[in-house]
Amino acid sequence: MTDIIKLTAAETAEKIASGELTAVEVTEAHLARIEAVDEKVHAFLHVDREGALAQAGAVDAKRAAGEKLGPLAGVPLALKDIFTTEGVPTTVGSKILEGWIPPYDATVTKRLKAADVVILGKTNMDEFAMGSSTENSAYGPTGNPWDLTRIPGGSGGGSSAALASHQATLAIGTDTGGSIRQPAAVTGTVGVKPTYGAVSRYGMVAFSSSLDQGGPCARTVLDAALLHEVIAGHDVLDSTSIDAPVPPVVEAARNGTVRGMRVGVVKQFRGEGYQAGVVQRFDESVELLKELGAEVVELDCPSFDLALSAYYLIAPSECSSNLARFDAMRYGLRVGDDGTRSAEDVTAITREEGFGDEVKRRVILGTYALSSGYYDAYYGSAQKVRTLITRDFEKAFEQVDVIVSPTTPTTAFPIGERADDPMAMYLADLCTIPTNMAGNAAMSLPCGLAPEDGLPVGLQIIAPAMKDDRLYKVGAAVEAAYLERWGHPLLEEAPSL
Amino acid sequence: MPGITREEVAHLARLARLELKAEELDHFAGQLDDIIGAVARVSEVADQDVPPTSHPLPLTNVMRADEVRPSLTPEQALSGAPAQERQRFKVPQILGED
Repeated sequence: MTDIIKLTAAETAEKIASGELTAVEVTEAHLARIEAVDEKVHAFLHVDREGALAQAGAVDAKRAAGEKLGPLAGVPLALKDIFTTEGVPTTVGSKILEGWIPPYDATVTKRLKAADVVILGKTNMDEFAMGSSTENSAYGPTGNPWDLTRIPGGSGGGSSAALASHQATLAIGTDTGGSIRQPAAVTGTVGVKPTYGAVSRYGMVAFSSSLDQGGPCARTVLDAALLHEVIAGHDVLDSTSIDAPVPPVVEAARNGTVRGMRVGVVKQFRGEGYQAGVVQRFDESVELLKELGAEVVELDCPSFDLALSAYYLIAPSECSSNLARFDAMRYGLRVGDDGTRSAEDVTAITREEGFGDEVKRRVILGTYALSSGYYDAYYGSAQKVRTLITRDFEKAFEQVDVIVSPTTPTTAFPIGERADDPMAMYLADLCTIPTNMAGNAAMSLPCGLAPEDGLPVGLQIIAPAMKDDRLYKVGAAVEAAYLERWGHPLLEEAPSL
Repeated sequence: MPGITREEVAHLARLARLELKAEELDHFAGQLDDIIGAVARVSEVADQDVPPTSHPLPLTNVMRADEVRPSLTPEQALSGAPAQERQRFKVPQILGED
């Protein structure tokens, strides 16, 4: 049992394809693990036991009939509760959608099913993906499997915690300002934000449409690549979906190397607010890259200093507009409809009741930033900063193949520590946000434990748009070198649950 | 840059269709003031001759053929409705009595 849940996705799929394991056995092992530990971790909001076993049974039947199986057939996956799932509850971590059962599948959900991936259930998240700690979930926080009193990162904390506690082999997240990479960093797992437009947003509940990007979460770089190939690719149902071939990410993950590559280190991803142990592990990673044959180049990207400020104007502005659809009329919660109130009043009362603090804060902030008189000073200026960030990246990628940085300035902080201080919470996204603003691709992978607290540190790799394969090429090389140095995967050092 | 007052938060909440409680108005006014103070730095570039970027992709209008295709049934479309009547969404009154 224990052995099954510790396998990688690549190993699991191979054992199922060869008949060494059945998909049902694999799924049952994970359902048993969820049963045993999720009360403590709270990675899942909804476990679809019957659906998962039915999907697994179908995989086994397909194999028995000699039909061709997908590359991840029978591998169990935890799906962030932001993707619609036909017949299975979808809440986005919010009370306003409590009990809602979508009548359709998101494109990502559809592609997972078509690839014979087994969807175990829906994972916990910050409400509407707004947050850096998973404390903003209306259904209670998720614990970090390294230390249950600490945050698992946000907003996709449930997905990463499910991986780190071996409740699922693969997971899906979404990354608007770092919500895939940041949880990956603080849980010692791998997370990838693909190029904007690479993975369809159809059926993914919208937070900030120009920034939101779905992507793979896994325990190894190769597993993330295998999942990337399943979910990426053009979708006619999403007008922002890129109509171009998916870069060869799996091939890159199987052939990791940095020899002869130029790797950029950005001056602005340094400075105050960075934990000493995080900086130490990052510096060691830069040394490692040199040892592996890369040339390291210092870069200056002055506009990155304004990225956090611009992000916290653009994302709330788009969210205040996107969340207008939660009006209590067609789906979700309705409060105060007593026959005397107008539709407008019912909407206002329902939204007050259904939204949590962080969502309300951002809706008000966005309404303010977009209001007449302030539009140019805030939203307009933020969009200019966005242009400057894109130009800084363009200039940087003329000199280097990839950029590296710490993924987060600190390791996982204690649950509740930053709850009443929004600005302190927003700092967690310092290193991840420039990439969302420019739309290019980035990955986080483990690069060791911070000496002062024994918690995981993430290394971020950033690549130009549509060059997602470079992330996997560099990531696989770094991962292999660290595996050799440590003698085992970093997760094995996590205190057992 | 002007700070954000309690009255302003109340006005914004009305615009955003959020019926905030009195204590929330106080709470948010303080926090939003801090946030605005911190993010207002973006206006440092406001005078520069920089074109704004609203989206990482150059968006063009994507059209498809105007054909009838299978879609959700009325039952599916109404399945999440808080109230329904005769295959329609039932909503509270929109116009006043006078």
